[in-house]
Order: sequence, then C-alpha cells, then structure tokens
Amino acid sequence: MAHDHNLAIFRGTLKFKSNVAKIWGVFVFLSIVTIIEVALGIVKPAFLMDQTFLAMKLLNWIFIILTLVKAYYITWDFMHMRDEKSSLRRSVVWTAIFLICYLVLILLIEGDYIYEVYRNNYIKFNF
Amino acid sequence: MEATVAKTGTEGKTWGGGNQPLRASYGKMMMWFFIVSDALTFSGFLASYGFSRFKFVDAWPIADEVFTHFPFLHGVDAPMYYVAFMTFILIFSSVTMVLAVDAGHKMQQNKVIIYMFLTIIGGAVFVGSQAWEWATFIKGDYGAVETKGGRILQFLDTEGERVAIADFATNIPTSRDAHVAKNGVWYEAEDTQSSFSVEEIKAGFLANDNLLVRTQYKDENGHQIVLSREESVQKIINESAFVVEGANLKHNEYGHPLFADFFFFITGFHGFHVFSGVLINIIIFFNVVIGTYERRGSYEMVEKVGLYWHFVDLVWVFVFTFFYLV
Repeated sequence: MAHDHNLAIFRGTLKFKSNVAKIWGVFVFLSIVTIIEVALGIVKPAFLMDQTFLAMKLLNWIFIILTLVKAYYITWDFMHMRDEKSSLRRSVVWTAIFLICYLVLILLIEGDYIYEVYRNNYIKFNF
Repeated sequence: MEATVAKTGTEGKTWGGGNQPLRASYGKMMMWFFIVSDALTFSGFLASYGFSRFKFVDAWPIADEVFTHFPFLHGVDAPMYYVAFMTFILIFSSVTMVLAVDAGHKMQQNKVIIYMFLTIIGGAVFVGSQAWEWATFIKGDYGAVETKGGRILQFLDTEGERVAIADFATNIPTSRDAHVAKNGVWYEAEDTQSSFSVEEIKAGFLANDNLLVRTQYKDENGHQIVLSREESVQKIINESAFVVEGANLKHNEYGHPLFADFFFFITGFHGFHVFSGVLINIIIFFNVVIGTYERRGSYEMVEKVGLYWHFVDLVWVFVFTFFYLV
C-alpha cells in the first residue's frame, strides 16, 4: 500500500514520474489556485460582485469552488487518500461531507430567517 | 499458559481476526477517526459563523477592511496580503511534511530529519504570524464610538477617508480616582480606560466640521452607510456611550462584536491546533534523530503526524476562504 503510489492527477491527464515530482506538482497547482483567490479577493471584479446565482455572489461561488478544489488535492495527494482503499476513502469523505452540508444548510436557513425577523418586526434595534 | 488460549476454530478464516479490511493500520485508522471528528468541530465553528453572519448580514464587517496591515509597512493599505503569506507558509510546510513522509517510506533517515525540521520552522512562522495578526486586531486602528444600543460609529472626513479618534478628540483635563481594592468593591478590578472619554470625542466632533459618521449598517450595494453632517451630530450627541479602541470579546471597533468573537475562537482554535502540531512534530523529529523509527523498521509515525499536519492545513484553507475571502 505504502509503496505503490498513484502518480496521475487531473483524472490521469497529468502523470508524474515519481512521488516527489507529484508532490511538487500539486504544490505548484495549489499555489496557483491560492494566487487566483487572493487576486480576485483584492481586485473584486465588478461583474462578479453584481451577479448572483442561488442568492450568492458569483465571486463567492468561485471562492468556495476553488476552496473545495484545494481541499480535494490536499486530502488526495498530501494525505494519500488517492492511495487508500476506496472503502476507507468513502467512509471518511462522505460521512464528513454529508454531516457538514446538513449542518450548514440548517444553520444558514435559520440565520437568514432571524435576519428577516429583525428587519421586519416592530422592535427598533438601531439606537 | 496454554490453558488460557481459546481456540475458536476460525483461525485464518474471514472472521478469525487479523484482517485489515481498510488496509490501514490501527494507528492510522484512529488518526482518521480523530480527523473526521475534529473536522466536524471546525465545521461547527464555521457554520455558526455563517449563522451569525446571515443573522446580521447588513451589519457584518468586511474582512479586507479589517485586516489591512503588513508587518514593517506602516500606513500601507495591504488587504489580504499577509493572510495570503500565511496561507503559503502553511501549504509549504505541508509540502515539506509530505516529502518527509515520502522519504520515510524509502527509509532515508537524513532526508526525514531535514524535511521535518523545515516543517517545524514553517509551523512556528505560521503561529508567530497569527500572534502578530491577533495583536494588530486587538490594538485596533482608528478607534470608534459605541452607541447605547451597542452599534459602532466610525469617523470619516468629507473625502470619505477614515479618521482616527486621536486626530480630532479635544483634550479636556479631568481627574478621576482609580479604583483600588480598599476603597471600592474589593473583588472588582479597574476596567481598562480608553485614551479618550466620550465627552472629549463629542467636543472634538463638534469642533471639526468636516467629520462624518459611518454606521455599521450597509446599503443595498454592500457599502456602509455614511450619515450627513446633521445626522452625524445628532447621533454622536444623543447616542454615543462608549469609546472603543481595538477589539476584544465584548467590544469591536470594526463592527459587530460577534465578528471579533468568531475571529478569536476560530483562528485561536486553529492556531492551537498548529501549536500542538508543532509540538507533536518536534517529538517525532527527535525520535527520528535518535533513530527510533530506523530501528523499528517503519516510519509510519511520521505518516500519522503528517496526516494531522495536513489536516491543520486543510482547515486553514477553509478558514481563509470563509473568514477572509467570502
């Protein structure tokens, strides 16, 4: 297990010669993604700020998707998930993803509801 | 002792024990169990941050107006750069960690030593950076006034530039007796005093016609609402109750106090993980140096602490996005 590494990333389009080369390749990729995130965070292009998709700014969608991409490569290549059995991979990843998605969904809906209550009721909070 | 050994007749069969259905050792499995439960703890923190942010969505501070400092660059507006630097430090220390794990698989003791050392240095730099970030956040920037209802009022000049309270507050000489145990309630300590009193701020605000108040509330475009001069004067004279400099768990000059609370709890909890990760790395580092794993014939301990270290990096990726970017 420990010695047979899966050396292909991006669904097999990029294959490295050694495990060390793969580590550096993933590092370069993660750095590029981080630089894109920071650049977008500083520039904040207006067209991404104005457009919304499912009640969220496009810019924030980009940030979250890029974060999940980074999380995937950290887990798969740095934490060797790529080399583990699929049963271990699934029991770790899907358990966490299911519970976290559920918690986030519930809490964000509730938070938005309380915001509406604060905004539309008759008690004045701004004093 | 043979009498105590029970033969079940299933030795060597599927249920006879000794199987590794997930092909991971006990130690690695337990590290994964811990990581999943810790991931749920962190997501609890981040989800409750999201809850509070959605609850006060029209009054939440914008992170890149809060974290605008870079060490040794005084007065330079550098939003995000320092956090980006911290992110790179942590990703890079993850890389050296995974290189150490790789060298461990090949039983190259000296390479493991070098890479683990670099990892520890990276972790220490990260924790130090976080301490600096905290210190800057606690110390504050411009100062603000809190109203009776706990809302934050910040000061702008007519060009829209932020003005520090120290730049306009009038000095009114007063004397006050500091609280000492023998004169007052013995178990209550003296509070930290702000540099200026509310009266000094009021007088200074009235004396400077070019000052405006910015509330913590945002308009439809997400910009904080700036009051007109008349509204500003009304607000300051009638409602200001407290001078805030910097941030702590009760008051926050940047906006809603919950923002500061979550900042301290989430980055603090993460920083504590990095700190304990550095300590564990140091222990394993010395074990590598004295050759424990060389004699054991396996560097799996390096791999296990590596898993923890990468997890800390993984959490930071999320904290970075949800605290600083989104």
